[in-house]
Amino acid sequence: MPDSVMILHQQQQASIEMGNWLHTYLLRHLQVFFYSLGQLTRSPLSLLMTSAVIGIALALPTGLHIILKNMQNISGDLDSAAQISLFLKKSTSDTQAQQLISQLKAMPQINKIKYISREQALQEFKRLSGFGNALKALEKNPLPAVIVVQPSLSQSNALSNTKATQQLVEQLQNKPYVDIAQFDMQWVKRLYTIMDIIRRGVIILSALLALAVLLVIGNTIRLAIQNRRDEIVIIKLIGGTDTFIRRPFLYTGFWYGLFGGLIALFLVITSLLMLSGPIEALTQSYESQFSMQIIDVNSTLWLIGGSILLGLSGSWVAVERHLREIEPT
Amino acid sequence: MIRFSHASKRYPGGYDALQDINFHLAPGEMAFLTGHSGAGKSTLLKLIALIERASRGQVIVNGQNLAKISRRKIPYHRRNVGMIFQDHQLLFDRTVFDNVALPLVINGLSHQEIGKKVRASLDKVGLLSKERAYPITLSGGEQQRVGIARAVVNKPPLLLADEPTGNLDPELSREIMGIFEQFSQVGVTVLIASHDIELITHLPYRVLTLKNARLSNDSAPATAGQY
Repeated sequence: MPDSVMILHQQQQASIEMGNWLHTYLLRHLQVFFYSLGQLTRSPLSLLMTSAVIGIALALPTGLHIILKNMQNISGDLDSAAQISLFLKKSTSDTQAQQLISQLKAMPQINKIKYISREQALQEFKRLSGFGNALKALEKNPLPAVIVVQPSLSQSNALSNTKATQQLVEQLQNKPYVDIAQFDMQWVKRLYTIMDIIRRGVIILSALLALAVLLVIGNTIRLAIQNRRDEIVIIKLIGGTDTFIRRPFLYTGFWYGLFGGLIALFLVITSLLMLSGPIEALTQSYESQFSMQIIDVNSTLWLIGGSILLGLSGSWVAVERHLREIEPT
Repeated sequence: MIRFSHASKRYPGGYDALQDINFHLAPGEMAFLTGHSGAGKSTLLKLIALIERASRGQVIVNGQNLAKISRRKIPYHRRNVGMIFQDHQLLFDRTVFDNVALPLVINGLSHQEIGKKVRASLDKVGLLSKERAYPITLSGGEQQRVGIARAVVNKPPLLLADEPTGNLDPELSREIMGIFEQFSQVGVTVLIASHDIELITHLPYRVLTLKNARLSNDSAPATAGQY
């Protein structure tokens, strides 16, 4: 046989052996993968309890994160909802009000205008406040007519918006028929600050609870290692490497992570579904077109992936710490 | 196969388990290691299996100086040393088959190979019919034979046995020794620690005697001149 053919033949042989080796390697992993699952399902109660602890610990920050995200969606609308309310003097007639409105419409700083007459204001107040009967007792309508003005804002610069809006408010205050021009952005600012606090709180809480999950899994794996001490000793005696011994425990951690993540997902979805009804009713009363988002694909993947990662790293730490302690004597 | 030169083992606390041990065991040789309890038999076996390391001197197994084997390489060394224990060290939550298969699984053999080798090994110790049984259902002698099957399934060049007949009656003991003789005949080096003088002296093999941590006697086999 010529040399080149020999070499080719050897290479083929080598690649077949490599393929076999890879095949065996993957098969072994697959076996341990399902073996560890089988071991876990032998004691379903303890599996469920450990996974539930992980699930609850992860559901909390996930749920808060989603609520926060929804709040950001609402508050995104708030920027455009920055309104100036012009309360008209009570003596103002509807035609006078219409005159003012056509004046305002000519101003470039103003985006939208909505007129609420005294009668409409009364109706709305009756409907929303629940004081309908009390109002009937009054002879005269106590409410003024209102013109709601929405300033045209630049999307990019919130600060200049605030300044421009302040100027606009002063300008409107001096218009005829206007009693009070009211602009209250303060609460929006406060809301942003509060949301920032909550966001940081969620991050801190997530970190702490992730640590707790790590410890829970670490401790569970530590117990599993201790329960199988004899087995580990025997495997070490007959030449099992640390990698071999570590593998089933790592997969056990993986399964805890996966089940914990799924339980967290279930908890988050059910809790948010329960909350979404009242929340949507609340936002609708603010005339917002808001519909609550439960959980998106991205967050789901993050939750499950993070949970599995925590499971793997928790068991890794436990195995690294305790495997060396167990040696045949 | 095994060479001890001036090997000593001192445990932390100053207890000398072995002092200045010198002997050589040729490949394929079968020998007994005897002495009263506490004389250092187990420690000597542990040095060979790298469960313990010599404090002084050299232990060379299969041409390799054990002092040079790092912690990470120990498993690979142990795969060449079949070990048999007085208490069998079987896994009771697995079948006989799975117990014997363990060294092969560790070695990463394929399914078919494992099946073939495990059955061959069980056949050698006469337990082929028990492969589906759990160790707990077996007698002491049978459990020991499972332990032997596991130790030899990898075809290691060296077999170590620590009191393999410790709990067995004389007849079963002779049976077990017969199995060891068979392996010796096919070229496996066998070293058996035992305090069963009665049994040992009736067999034609070299006897190493430990006394107070030292090798006090190295007697040639009864049928002298063979080694």
